[in-house]
Amino acid sequence: MAILEVKHICKRFDDTEVLKDISFSLEKGQVVSIIGSSGSGKTTLLRCLNFLEQPDGGTITVGGEVLFDGADPSAQKEKEIRRKRLHFGLVFQSFNLFPQYTALRNVMLAKELLAKQRPDYKKNKKQILSEIEEEARNLLTQMGLEDRMDNYPYQLSGGQCQRVAIARALALSPDILCFDEPTSALDPELTGEVLKVIKELAAKKTTMIIVTHEMAFARDVANQVIFMDDGYIVEQGDPVQVINNPREERTRQFLARFDQEN
Amino acid sequence: MFWTVTLSLMKGMLTTFQLFALTLLFAIPLGLVVSFGSMSRFTPLRGVVKVFVWIIRGTPLMLQLLVVYYGPGLLFDWDLLPRFQAVLVAFVINYACYFSEIFRGGIQSISRGQYEAGEVLGMTRSQIFFKVTLLQVIKRIVPPMSNEIITLVKDTSLARIIAVYEIIWNGQKFIKSDGIIWPLFYTAVFYLLFNGVLTILFGLLEKKLDYFRV
Repeated sequence: MAILEVKHICKRFDDTEVLKDISFSLEKGQVVSIIGSSGSGKTTLLRCLNFLEQPDGGTITVGGEVLFDGADPSAQKEKEIRRKRLHFGLVFQSFNLFPQYTALRNVMLAKELLAKQRPDYKKNKKQILSEIEEEARNLLTQMGLEDRMDNYPYQLSGGQCQRVAIARALALSPDILCFDEPTSALDPELTGEVLKVIKELAAKKTTMIIVTHEMAFARDVANQVIFMDDGYIVEQGDPVQVINNPREERTRQFLARFDQEN
Repeated sequence: MFWTVTLSLMKGMLTTFQLFALTLLFAIPLGLVVSFGSMSRFTPLRGVVKVFVWIIRGTPLMLQLLVVYYGPGLLFDWDLLPRFQAVLVAFVINYACYFSEIFRGGIQSISRGQYEAGEVLGMTRSQIFFKVTLLQVIKRIVPPMSNEIITLVKDTSLARIIAVYEIIWNGQKFIKSDGIIWPLFYTAVFYLLFNGVLTILFGLLEKKLDYFRV
């Protein structure tokens, strides 16, 4: 069974329909890349999955649990949303690291705050905190940042910041990790180092949704590619087929423009 | 004579300092409340707060002192507030409004992404405020706040308009009693020392917050 099932998601801002009947599913351990021009609704889709926007209709199901049902929006209490959010992680285009904390503290913070809710927190505080720290150190090492743990975000390059942000999202062990154009704020060299760690995550069977403009990367890393245009999913399927031999005319136009630019 | 004057000015300085400290103590929390009002999504509340801030920032503090002191008596026939308290009330309201605009600017300068990053990490609104945004806001508002607080030191001299015996009043009285004017100028030394200390303190605070950049 699919870990994520998105059915008939719709979203409008005032008079603009941004998402029109979006449906797709994702298997555990698989990667889906979402491509499409700016304004096609890719980012809004990710934001809906992460409860940063509330869809106007449709359902979102993770691991059999219905997280969102447009027919019953009353169930969206803040506390519930916070819990449901933890199924997803989100890596932003602009990193959004917390500037007043070191790389290590950035990764640890949310988990520490969550740990405070545990009934045994007071009793085992020291042990819990040292476990969280060790996990954070492991994650940062995995990101190739073992000598950057005590640096503040302003002391890091864009690529390093983004890798810290990935570690921060992974620290909460989300079922599905989402990337919103993770390399769009980076120069080509830094882009490479971030794509490399995402590829490593894919090799470890991390379930991921990646919105990106890096076509070759989208094709190589994903098990499935979705092309979005004007709020619709125009085409979805095998990465090599969608990117190298698109069936739809609109996909061809989009990819042709991309080939010219690169 | 020099010691008589110095002692008298120190006494005035005590009143000045009390007014300064108590104004800060009350105006900072009140300013925070006012700034939340001016950012409220409830339009009527926001409107009322904005008009109030406009009135307070748009009229002289001296006039506000007179209104607080004489107003209730003239309008409702109430007893006059004690002078010091009347001055304090006027100062707190006036400075809360100025502070509120500084707080609003500071809070609104924090990017949406900081809130969203906290949200997707499962933090509560108060965790986001206290653990993520607060320190960034403080770092941003230290320079404008230090400006405003140094202005407050000097604005306390307005209290003499309703005969609260702060330092200028204490310097000025020697003109009448002894025919000497230098004590009035001598008060500047006290202001300079006080503001010098404040400048150093704010410098230290800025330095302390220098370890990160927003």
